[in-house]
Amino acid sequence: MSVLIFIDHSEGHVKKASLEALSYGAAVAQQLGTTAEGILLGTVTEDLAALGKYGVKKIYQLAQESLNNLDAQVYARVLAEAVTTTGATVVIFSNNLSGKAVAARVAARLKAGLVAGAVALPDTSSGFVVKKNVFSGKAFAHISLTSPIKIVALNPNSYPAKAGEGQAEVAALNIQAEAPRVKVVSATKSSGQVPLTEAEIVVSGGRGLKGPENWGMVEELAKLLGAATACSRPVADAHWRPHNEHVGQTGIAIAPNLYIAIGISGAIQHLAGVNRSKIIAVINKDPEAPFFKAADYGIVGDAFEVVPKLIQAVKKLKGIA
Amino acid sequence: MKILVCISKTPDTTAKIAFTQNNTKFATDGVQWIINPYDEWYALVRAIELKEKDPSTVLHLVTVGAADAEPIIRKALALGGDEAIRVNADSHDSFYIASQIAAIAKEGGYDLIFTGKETIDYNGSSIGGMVAELLDLPYISLAVKFDLDGTTATVVREIEGGEETDSVSLPVVVSCQKGVAEQRIPNMKGIMGARTKPLKVVEPVAVEALTSVVSFELPPAKAGVKLVPADNPEELIRLLHEEAKAF
Repeated sequence: MSVLIFIDHSEGHVKKASLEALSYGAAVAQQLGTTAEGILLGTVTEDLAALGKYGVKKIYQLAQESLNNLDAQVYARVLAEAVTTTGATVVIFSNNLSGKAVAARVAARLKAGLVAGAVALPDTSSGFVVKKNVFSGKAFAHISLTSPIKIVALNPNSYPAKAGEGQAEVAALNIQAEAPRVKVVSATKSSGQVPLTEAEIVVSGGRGLKGPENWGMVEELAKLLGAATACSRPVADAHWRPHNEHVGQTGIAIAPNLYIAIGISGAIQHLAGVNRSKIIAVINKDPEAPFFKAADYGIVGDAFEVVPKLIQAVKKLKGIA
Repeated sequence: MKILVCISKTPDTTAKIAFTQNNTKFATDGVQWIINPYDEWYALVRAIELKEKDPSTVLHLVTVGAADAEPIIRKALALGGDEAIRVNADSHDSFYIASQIAAIAKEGGYDLIFTGKETIDYNGSSIGGMVAELLDLPYISLAVKFDLDGTTATVVREIEGGEETDSVSLPVVVSCQKGVAEQRIPNMKGIMGARTKPLKVVEPVAVEALTSVVSFELPPAKAGVKLVPADNPEELIRLLHEEAKAF
């Protein structure tokens, strides 16, 4: 009857998206009058008991180093078995890149209804109805889950991680993990950079910046704000920026607290990927750019004059210059 | 080599999103339907390229949908593929759809199953993983590069904050995104040829959907943009900091 939350980790650390999932799961458990428990496969350097402050009473761990690399098939088997043995009826994932793959497999394995991309707590007044993002951010759907076990994958940046008081009991999980069938040959991670889907602030550039050589100011502004950098589709298509920076309908959908768009006109396909941002600020020299209609703040002006001044203003604010 | 590509019908990327019947149904009036871009541009085109490299490859397309999905599947056949299968069912539950595809895949004995990374309407990213689990196959999500050497696939895929190169023995399910292939436009020969390619209609296997849509909702409209003069960009930073409290 409990709520089980999958804790995703990378390089020894629990991901921010999983802290949000823990808080979300704890709130769901409270709503249902039951307990929230976490599950982590692999090992992390931080103290797992301390995650109790996000509202989980117990954390199950299968502390095998071989599990530090997430294999969706291996993970799904272990998680499905854990759901059965712990008697969980609601399972929470983060809808990040790894969570998506694992949640779908667990759902199919357990014949459990899945809502991938939840943006709010479920309505449990009659049944179990979850609000999710559909039509690439242009609308929401309220989805009813009718299966005995319900799986929710929470969109990153949709529910705040709320740290309170408390310690969790850490319990070893006694499940045999099989060997992965997919062999990881190599992995490259751009360390130190904020992952786009987790970033609270995103600074993004479009064709208005004229060429890849002009991205220095975008990167500088982003760095000062602790932000991730992004770009529009034409920019990625022209290989000015790597395609994993492309936000929009056919790229990555993001929901940061602040999205700063520089030299992006705001085509409907671009807006679809960013319109869940809490605040949108647009800098464009064309006053007719459609992006201004979707923005909260705007400057009609030349990016090459405006952005350096923004950088100076942020430096001044942060006491750097 | 047998490849199955999963094709979904979605509204055009510029379609106006609106709802009818007390916000319970998507308003289809005037909506142009397209092949889900990830399915078409990446999954299908990469499969066609593999067939071009090895012409003995058998390439099948599958869609789960009513008769109104046929123009979409014909358009897909115009790009390439030997035949298409339409599972005659209308349902938007991902488990239901994945179960139908898994049934087709099991019968056809495919070495490779391609999907797009997600559909642009329901954005679930779930079908590939579910199909793989139902078939007990490995699943590699978010491929940006796919190469085949005999029965071993080398796949570069997006992971959180980076990329990973995987090696896996077939059969495997792979979800495709930008990088795997480049969009193609069907030519006249392809369009003419597609008319005579087999399009098999099969009835769905009995599976219960596990979720249903209660209602839809449009996001609230923005209050309107607050413009800051271009000669005073510092004011924007002040507003974002003090008024919007964005940092």
